[in-house]
Amino acid sequence: MRAPRFLVPLQTWLLRHAQAALGALGRFLSAPLAAVTSLMVVAVAAALPALLYLLVENTERLLASWEGTGSLTVFLKTEISDDAARKLAKQVEKHADVAAVQVVGRKEGLAEFRRLSGFGAALDALGDNPFPAVLVVRAKPSAAEAGRTAALAEELGKLPEAEVAQFDLDWVARLLGFTALAERAVWILTTLLAAGVLFVIGNTLRLEIRARHEEIEITALVGGTAGFIRRPFLYWGAWLGLLGGLLGWLLAVVSLAFLDGPASYLASLYGSGFALTSGGFGLFATMLGGGALLGFAGAWLAVLRLLEVGQPD
Amino acid sequence: MIHFEDVTKRYERHDALTGISFHLAPGEMAFLTGHSGAGKSTLLRLVGLVERPTRGTLRVAGRDLAKLHRRDIPYHRRDVGMIFQDFRLLQDRTAFDNVALPLMVSGVSPLEIGRRARAALDKVGLLRKERSLPRALSGGEQQRVGIARAIVTKPPVIVADEPTGNLDPDLSWEIMDLFGQLNRVGVTLLIATHDWELVRRMHYRTLSLKQGKLADDTGRPGP
Repeated sequence: MRAPRFLVPLQTWLLRHAQAALGALGRFLSAPLAAVTSLMVVAVAAALPALLYLLVENTERLLASWEGTGSLTVFLKTEISDDAARKLAKQVEKHADVAAVQVVGRKEGLAEFRRLSGFGAALDALGDNPFPAVLVVRAKPSAAEAGRTAALAEELGKLPEAEVAQFDLDWVARLLGFTALAERAVWILTTLLAAGVLFVIGNTLRLEIRARHEEIEITALVGGTAGFIRRPFLYWGAWLGLLGGLLGWLLAVVSLAFLDGPASYLASLYGSGFALTSGGFGLFATMLGGGALLGFAGAWLAVLRLLEVGQPD
Repeated sequence: MIHFEDVTKRYERHDALTGISFHLAPGEMAFLTGHSGAGKSTLLRLVGLVERPTRGTLRVAGRDLAKLHRRDIPYHRRDVGMIFQDFRLLQDRTAFDNVALPLMVSGVSPLEIGRRARAALDKVGLLRKERSLPRALSGGEQQRVGIARAIVTKPPVIVADEPTGNLDPDLSWEIMDLFGQLNRVGVTLLIATHDWELVRRMHYRTLSLKQGKLADDTGRPGP
């Protein structure tokens, strides 16, 4: 089937680009040593920030799942009886930010401690039960999201029956602050390594250009434009970036898989169904697209010089 | 078609060409003779704009080469078929691919490339060797691949630097005959050679260079 006449130049143009792209891929694959070396450099440079990103991302998700539980512990004064504690619990339950209240009576507290700590003998020596009744208060998710859990803890701590109220996951909030810092570190690392990749690709390409000097010159002599001469090199750089990004993604995801076992064990300890995320399609696409773009840019820097080849002084 | 007016090409230490003036009319064919180092190659390189003249006016195929912008150079070169003494073939490409290169850079469709490249190879008698790499070809065959590459785009001007330098006398005659055919269909040719015997027998206009100066110009031979 013949294309309409006006489409022929477009067809030819597309074909020339396809030829340049495939030719560049062919050259890339036919020079295994040089290609593999630069490919590994690009892959490792891409894998590092990707892995760090995944660690930060997963930490954040894990922390968010804990913070969502928004659990507070209110230790009552020792003179408050279990009955009084239960009455108080009913009252606290009516609070707008409270989802549920669980009462741990004085005897239950003692029994639990005896079971978990192994200090049973010491407790027997004390004679008197030193444990207060405890209210375990679960905040509503809406309160946790709005960051009102700390305020709730303070409010409950001021109840006349309360000795002290603790927001169990204070450290979660602090760690979240740290992850914000780590997130910025990911960006800095990404920028630095991207610059590195740019130079690696530029340098590899300069060697490639030197090796193909004769070809460039002859192409210029028979009337090849700068664009025509540059094209295969630009595609070459884009391929290097794309394949490097793909390999880097694989490295990062495989490395992360090594953490999966310990991570799910840790999550199970906290009674969470948390599972590691490997960034999904978004990360995959970003690394391949970003890699190709970086490769193209690096190649562009290297081929600027090509304008001079085969040209009169 | 080729106008040299008081053209000088100066390298760092010496003048390669001094005050060269001559005109080649459209469809004219001329030999450029002289000992090696007389400036033949330099003169041809100026025509193909591989180098720019230091002084003087040079017009080729209607273009003032001194004023030609750098990005227009490729388009000028497509109008000038260049044949080099050292062939300048791509060693890792077949004869066919070498001949197809000028068509590829000008965006000719693949179908047309195949047709025209084979026609050019056929003209130089190498159609059977289209798949050979240059190193599998003799010097003469490589030269003919270079010639096929120069004529494949049907340029109005062809400059050739010692095109028969590596050929035996019979093949030299064949190639010269081919140039004569091209000339008869209107191509302007300037052929550098030191094969005096060939020049003497061909009865074309002959320009002689001596130490960078135009020493002799037989002028256009009468009919």
